Amino acid sequence: MVGWAIAVHGGAGVDPNLPHHRQEEAKQVLARCLNMGISALRSSLPAVDVVELVVRELESDPVFNSGRGSALTEKGTAEMEASIMDGVGRRCGAVSGVTTVKNPISLARLVMDKSPHSYLAFAGAEEFARLHGAEVVDNDYFITEDNKGMLKLAKEANTIMFDYRIPTVLSDTCGASVENPLQMNGLPISVYAPETVGCVVVDAQGRCAAATSTGGLMNKMCGRIGDSPLIGAGTYACGLCGVSCTGEGEAIIRGTLARDVAAVMEYKGLGLQAAVDFVVKERLDEGKAGMIAVSRNGEVGCGFNTNGMFRGFATEDGFVEVGIW
Amino acid sequence: MCPRVHSVRELENNPHFNAGKGSVLTSSGTVEMEACIMDGNMKCGAVSGLTTVVNAISLARLVMERTPHIYLAFDGAEAFAREHGVETLDASHFITPENIQRLKQAKEANRVQIDYTQPMQKKEEDTATADGDSQTGTVGCVAVDSDGNLAAATSTGGLVNKMVGRIGDTPLIGAGTYANSLCAVSATGKGEAIIRGTVARDVAALMEFKGLSLEEAAACVVKERVPKGNVGLVAVSATGEVTMPFNTTGMFRACATEDGYSEIAIWPLTKD
Repeated sequence: MVGWAIAVHGGAGVDPNLPHHRQEEAKQVLARCLNMGISALRSSLPAVDVVELVVRELESDPVFNSGRGSALTEKGTAEMEASIMDGVGRRCGAVSGVTTVKNPISLARLVMDKSPHSYLAFAGAEEFARLHGAEVVDNDYFITEDNKGMLKLAKEANTIMFDYRIPTVLSDTCGASVENPLQMNGLPISVYAPETVGCVVVDAQGRCAAATSTGGLMNKMCGRIGDSPLIGAGTYACGLCGVSCTGEGEAIIRGTLARDVAAVMEYKGLGLQAAVDFVVKERLDEGKAGMIAVSRNGEVGCGFNTNGMFRGFATEDGFVEVGIW
Repeated sequence: MCPRVHSVRELENNPHFNAGKGSVLTSSGTVEMEACIMDGNMKCGAVSGLTTVVNAISLARLVMERTPHIYLAFDGAEAFAREHGVETLDASHFITPENIQRLKQAKEANRVQIDYTQPMQKKEEDTATADGDSQTGTVGCVAVDSDGNLAAATSTGGLVNKMVGRIGDTPLIGAGTYANSLCAVSATGKGEAIIRGTVARDVAALMEFKGLSLEEAAACVVKERVPKGNVGLVAVSATGEVTMPFNTTGMFRACATEDGYSEIAIWPLTKD
């Protein structure tokens, strides 16, 4: 038996001018979801059930960019994606291009449990959801007035910042060359919607699990897939640890960040926090992303090189923390 | 055009392999192709769910070079293809009579199978090994040029009788395809096992974090990270080494190096 531990995040790359009441609101949601996870762990739920439960709650709350409150595509629709991984047997499930499933993370779980595959996307994922009776709602359910306004601002900003149809020096580097620290993915930080959600848990049996869910990037092209559903990029769990990342998807994919935390522990023998620090320093461009992690020994770890990450932690011995900066 | 894109395009256009024309069919009898490309400078592009694009690998390259994103899929990827005027053909072009037959057999045997597996009448518990009894049809290419620049590319039609919308390992950076300044890797086999094993990234990670050679790293991943009968890979290092290990019964493979060495094989080579 080890002590359980849980960490949640609500995205990395926070606008330094985010109004105080919005910061408080985000912290309250994180604290509520954290407490829900703590209760589940006290009731001896397995890690994989706890991460699903907590991410469902984060998806259902419109504050963060997942489920209800998702960032919008260039066409003004919500296209959500999520993945879940159980360190036990490295089982995993992922979905992309989900438009009507109320809780994408639970659909990812269904893919893991009920399909011969690991990853279903778009129409096939929607069909699979209906086949298994997952709760569905209209796409409008996910769209908030706030995000409609953000999309408008993003479109205005984007026409100036970059346009993928016109090959420029910028497009040569996968859009990663925007160096201004007050921008993320080419968007001004004030309209960038960082609030991908994730949860990592180690239960008292030492089983690790990770889950990540997102609406993706504001004003993204239809069909764009980010890091959140990609095993090894946004989400990873194995016998050693569980990791969930957030930030510029393209940087996280290139760095295979979530897997690399585990790989550094496995192949280099580093401890959890040292592995997280190593990956943030060596595998990630400055200002791009952050991550939360737990180890099978009941440790929690966290790292980010953005200005802020919405996050919360708790361990069985009573340590609780919720923070942004 | 760079040589690896050219090689993979040729393989896609050859109906004998499970990519482009000749791609295997989904449970609905349709083709859904996917591909991925990555170079040693960590630039990468990927596509999934293509139904009309003649060369998936070239679309992956366009995603890499002409979008702020890495990965586009399904309708969005098709729309992007049209916007850039890449060659498209009616979806029926990609469907071959052999694959209609293969799907029929797979449906009768009620299983999802790798590429070219011939459905054999085996007992239920043999399914795992039966999956391994396949000659892999996903195509991939890795290359290192004389300046040590590396690249990897992989393209596939996926699994016979796969669910519509299924994404395998091929388009996933770090699973089916990976390249960095040390090595380039393209994997093939049972996608779900390769995703879980983060196969392509792990070859590079073992070199980077544990100091293994290319051959040791690739052998370790094939042996330790993926159950027997599920994976094969081709890999090259910046110093010009080549390795092509697999834990299936065979793997279609070929390699050539500047010093004149070349090898084309399907089955394991007998070593002393």
